[in-house]
Amino acid sequence: MMLNKIILAILVSAIAFFSVYIITPFLIKRLEKRNLTVKDYNRVGGAMVARPGGPSILVGILASELTLYVFFPTTEILAILITTSLAFVVGLIDDRKVLGGWFKPVALAISAIPIVLLGTYDPHLSFPLFGSVRIPELYVALVIFMIPVTGNTINSIDVLNGVASGFMTIASFALTISLFIVHNYDIALASLPLGFVSLAFYKYHKFPSRIFPGDSGALTLGAMYGVLAIVGHVEIIAAVALLPAVINSFLFLSSVKRIIEHRQIKSNPVTHTDDFKLMATTDKDAPVTLVRLILAAGGPMTEKQVGVKIFQLAIFSAVLAIATAFMMGVKI
Amino acid sequence: MKGVPIFLFVLVMWLLIIVGGGLLISIIAPLTINGYGKFDSILDSGVKAVIAMILVVAWIFTLSKIKNWIFHKQIKN
Repeated sequence: MMLNKIILAILVSAIAFFSVYIITPFLIKRLEKRNLTVKDYNRVGGAMVARPGGPSILVGILASELTLYVFFPTTEILAILITTSLAFVVGLIDDRKVLGGWFKPVALAISAIPIVLLGTYDPHLSFPLFGSVRIPELYVALVIFMIPVTGNTINSIDVLNGVASGFMTIASFALTISLFIVHNYDIALASLPLGFVSLAFYKYHKFPSRIFPGDSGALTLGAMYGVLAIVGHVEIIAAVALLPAVINSFLFLSSVKRIIEHRQIKSNPVTHTDDFKLMATTDKDAPVTLVRLILAAGGPMTEKQVGVKIFQLAIFSAVLAIATAFMMGVKI
Repeated sequence: MKGVPIFLFVLVMWLLIIVGGGLLISIIAPLTINGYGKFDSILDSGVKAVIAMILVVAWIFTLSKIKNWIFHKQIKN
C-alpha cells in the first residue's frame, strides 16, 4: 500500500511538472501571436511579456489531481479540483476585464463554497503546543475567508519576475513536508502537484520572464494552497509558510487603509536608478510593500537580487512552518 | 545585517500566532455560557467569536506597532 502511494506520488508529480513544462512554451507563442502581452517596466527597454500563464498552471493541476482522483476518489480531491478551477475562472475574468477591488475577494469567497458543501473540513483548529479548539460555526466563516486571503496574498506578491511561482514552490513544498510530519499522507500526496506545477512554471517566469502568471495563475496557485490547508487541517502551518506574503499584504493594506487593486495606486513604491536598478521611493504617499522595505534596508538592487531576498524570507518561513508541524505533536 | 529586521518581523509574527493560539485554547475555548436555554450554544459561539475578533484586532494593532518600531527608519526613508 505504501509502495503504491510512493509510485503514485512520483506519477502525479511528473504529470504536474511536465504538463506545465511542455504546455507553457506553446501558450507563450499563442499569447504573443494574439498580442496578449504586457510591458515589463522593470526591464531595460520595457520588454513585452506574454500574460496570463494561468491556463498552463490549471492544466498541470487538473491533469495531476484527476489522475490522483482515479486512484483515490475522495471528496477532498474533488474540493481541490472545483475550488481551484473556480478561482482560475475568477482570475481569468480579472485578466480580461478591469474590475473593482472588491470583485476578487467576493468571487473567491464564492469559490470556497464547494469546500463547505462537500463537507471536506474538520471544524477543529489545531495550534502547536496547546492542542485544538472546536469552532463549528466559526470554521465555516474561516473556510469562506481563507480562499480570498490565500488567493489575494499570492496575487499581491506577484510583482517581480519569478517571485510568485518561486515563492509558491517553496511554501507548497514546506506544506507537503508538514503534511507528512502530521501524518496526513493522502493530502500530502494531493499537495505535491502544487509544488511541481509552480516549479515548472518558474522555469519560464524567472528573471527574465517569458510569461507572467496573471491573476488567473496567481489566484489558482493561492486558492489551491488555501484548499490544501483546509482539507489537510494544517491552517496554522500554512499561514506560517506564507508569512512573507502575508507581511506584504499587511504592509500594503495598513498603508493604503482600504482594499484596492494595484493598478489603482497613484504612487509607485519602487523607482529606478540610472543604471535601472530598483530603488525604494521617497514618496510619502506611496504604499509600503515588502519590496520597498527590502530596498529601503539594502539600498538599490537588481530585480534578481530582490527576488533572491524574498526567496530567503520564504525559506526562513518554510523552516518555521516545518518547526510548527513538529510542535503540533507536542502538548504543554 | 541590513535585512535582519524583516526576518525579525517574520519571527515575531510566528511567535504571536503561537501565543495567540495558546490564549484561544487555554482560556477562551473552555468558557461556557449556561442558563439561557436554547440560546446557550448561540450565545456561547457569539461571545467566543467576539473575543476571537478582539484578539485578531489586538494582533493586527500589535503587529502594526512592532512594524513601526522595527522599520521606523526604512518606512520614513
